Amino acid sequence: MATPLLDGHSGLVLGATQKPSSWRLLREARRLPLLVWLSAAVIFFTAWASIAPGTLARHSPLETDLLNTLGPLSADHWLGTDEIGRDLYSRLVFGARESFLIGILAMIIAIVLAVPLGFLASLPPPFARAAVDRIIEILLSFPTLLVALLFVTILGQSPFNVAVAVGIGAAPGYARLVRGQSLLVRSSAYVEAAIALGHTRARVLFQHIIPNSIRPLIPVTGLGIGKAIVWSSSLSYLGLGVKPPSSEWGALLAAGKVQLLEAPSLIVIPGTAVVLVALSFSTLFSYIQARSEGAKT
Amino acid sequence: MSTTASVSQREILFDVQNLNVGFATLDGHKPVVHNFNLRLHKGETVAIVGESGSGKTVATRALLGLAGDNALVDAEVLRYREQSLLTVKPREWKALRGAQIGYVLQDALVSLDPLQPVRREIGEALEAHLDLDRNQRQQSILELLTRVGVPQPEVRQDQYPGELSGGLRQRALIATALAQNPPVIIADEPTTALDVLVQNQVLQVLRALIKDGTSLILISHDLSVVASLADVILVMKDGRVVESGATEQVLHHPQHPYTKALIRAIPGAHTRGRRLSEAPSTLESRRDDIAASASSTRIGEVLLEARSLQKMFKAPDGQPIYAIRNASLQLKKGEVLGIVGQSGSGKSTVARILLGLTAADSGAVLYQGIEWLKRNHQDRRLVRGKIAMVHQDPYSSFDPRWTVARILNDVLSLYGGGKKTQRQDVLRLLHTVGLNQQHADAYPIHLSGGQRQRVAIARALAVNPEVLVLDEAVSALDVSIQAQILDLLIDLREQYDLSIIFVSHDLGVIHHIADRVLVMKDGEIVEEGLAQEIFSTPRHAYTQELIAALPRLEHTAFRRAA
Repeated sequence: MATPLLDGHSGLVLGATQKPSSWRLLREARRLPLLVWLSAAVIFFTAWASIAPGTLARHSPLETDLLNTLGPLSADHWLGTDEIGRDLYSRLVFGARESFLIGILAMIIAIVLAVPLGFLASLPPPFARAAVDRIIEILLSFPTLLVALLFVTILGQSPFNVAVAVGIGAAPGYARLVRGQSLLVRSSAYVEAAIALGHTRARVLFQHIIPNSIRPLIPVTGLGIGKAIVWSSSLSYLGLGVKPPSSEWGALLAAGKVQLLEAPSLIVIPGTAVVLVALSFSTLFSYIQARSEGAKT
Repeated sequence: MSTTASVSQREILFDVQNLNVGFATLDGHKPVVHNFNLRLHKGETVAIVGESGSGKTVATRALLGLAGDNALVDAEVLRYREQSLLTVKPREWKALRGAQIGYVLQDALVSLDPLQPVRREIGEALEAHLDLDRNQRQQSILELLTRVGVPQPEVRQDQYPGELSGGLRQRALIATALAQNPPVIIADEPTTALDVLVQNQVLQVLRALIKDGTSLILISHDLSVVASLADVILVMKDGRVVESGATEQVLHHPQHPYTKALIRAIPGAHTRGRRLSEAPSTLESRRDDIAASASSTRIGEVLLEARSLQKMFKAPDGQPIYAIRNASLQLKKGEVLGIVGQSGSGKSTVARILLGLTAADSGAVLYQGIEWLKRNHQDRRLVRGKIAMVHQDPYSSFDPRWTVARILNDVLSLYGGGKKTQRQDVLRLLHTVGLNQQHADAYPIHLSGGQRQRVAIARALAVNPEVLVLDEAVSALDVSIQAQILDLLIDLREQYDLSIIFVSHDLGVIHHIADRVLVMKDGEIVEEGLAQEIFSTPRHAYTQELIAALPRLEHTAFRRAA
């Protein structure tokens, strides 16, 4: 964390002096903003639930209790029960793995597709640029969900295929972002400076253009993880997502819609979980990005 | 000009005694302005001069109740006429701002709403207080635009800020401040970032206001700009007024060392061959007359040459616009070639073509007799290391993800040198430009403008160049920081035997540093010659106009008497 500098030609005061050692990182961690701490905590618990759900939940996610359906929040059922008496908290915990993986995998697939496509669209030859541009526009003109539907129909229903389908559906939007940023970076003064200094084209591309074009994707993908979970729930709602006994969060949202009036908590609670995870990724990624540039948050 | 005695009998508009302004931050109270005193009489012009961060803007914003929500303002006396400004309620400020005190914001380029035509912008300022019908308002708008010297006000009033030049925007902004004919106008850096000709036009507008009896508070980092207008000058440094007094007194008999440094820092004819700042030279055996002797003895054969360069752009309507028309120039070894002209004159385009960053439509660029731009990317790279560039805005020329050390390493690794020596090389480079180890691991965002420009110069030196091309490299800096950078350049030129192309719109800077000068206008080189000749006996009418518009300290007394 650098402190502001005093101006002048000599006798300068500076905060950022050494490369951060691990001890220094620990010391700095205490100064992290509260929001970053909270975000990290949310992601940590979601990750824990994905790896070892049994250690966090007391009930089985499939154990039904027909005498206690749509039960309220209680000491035994922290978040209440659903329409056939399954413990919502346990379902949430056991569903974390699939949701988490669908969100992250879908984003990875989206980025892997979007980055090369976006770069192609920003290439100098005008015909190549125009061609890729039109392709992206055609893809963009289909709603993400429709593209996802198409692919899940082709590939078949499974958590993995849902992630692939959502990833493909989200890719064109990110490609557009990369394209715009890449054009901006290409015409930036620091790329010009690098060329004027005599760097090779490849070096300018890998050192400056690619990393700086991808930069704005970082916080956006955080939100994208949450969005992917919501899209997978839309697929579930249409009966094309992850199949019912699973408590994937999207499936929970889809199932909760049926009980919207009697038990709104069935949709509010998984919805909150999705939004929390999405915001946490976004906050954390933005923070990491800002820190990597030395900017203060 | 009236004497001080008669001034003191006039009505006092602003009376400020012991004004302190501080800001509440997470780390506690941060004082910014200390014991600020100011007295503005009716019809008087007070200039507040100091470098950025000296608190001049904060102090004047406190006079308008605009210091900010987290600002703590206290003062023994803070009065506008009979009214104490310390107890004014937010509602009551409305009656003061605009009607009593007009405020011209710092940056004309962003202070106008880009989605409103000028007419609406001024109309809004009129509407806030005056009850005018449509025709009267229209009439007032035209009168205001005419008053601030906007040509063809009927046409201009319907244009958007984006369609106006910097000078016109600044004048439109002044017109909004004038809308309700306030007795006092506060103008914050009204001519900064403007060309010398345009600056002169804006100063004329301000001069006309003073003649009409308006009282003015002018803020600037440049003493020479305010010298011809101000009756009283306050010099601020680190939140304190270090010197104040009548203009002649401050300019000709400055008491405080900082005032002396500011006056010394203004480049021009009288400063050729001497240092502008008090910063110690980075050269160990430096003599003060070194620049003067260097210019006459060292100049050798032609190093870089441009032959009949031509560059054309197409306007949206298909009309060709010549950025450069038949421009030829030669840079000899060891000389400083100044290229001067207004914005849009094509001087930056020439620099970019010389660097191979823009392709000319026709013409040739020769480096040591070899035509280098006709070659492929690989062969060009061999010459790249010989010609280095410093941008106008150094910050945008650094990759934002990189620390200073990495920026320099990146270049050092390109031109040999083992990994082990690199850290030392980085430190050596930083030392050369007057920075130190502490800056190596900082990000550019945490450096000041002057420090960034030093890093940019260090990067240019890292390639070990023969030629340094500087495109408006000091234009965005305060006069005092500019002085340090110019001194540094002269040192480096000596130390590294550099030839320099110095592009600038500032004639004072060019006069200070250049051996030979090219004057550009509308893409053409209209005059060329040794600096002394050009500045003493300009032949082309445009050059004469440029030189006449240059604000000069030594002319102040004369101009004010006239």
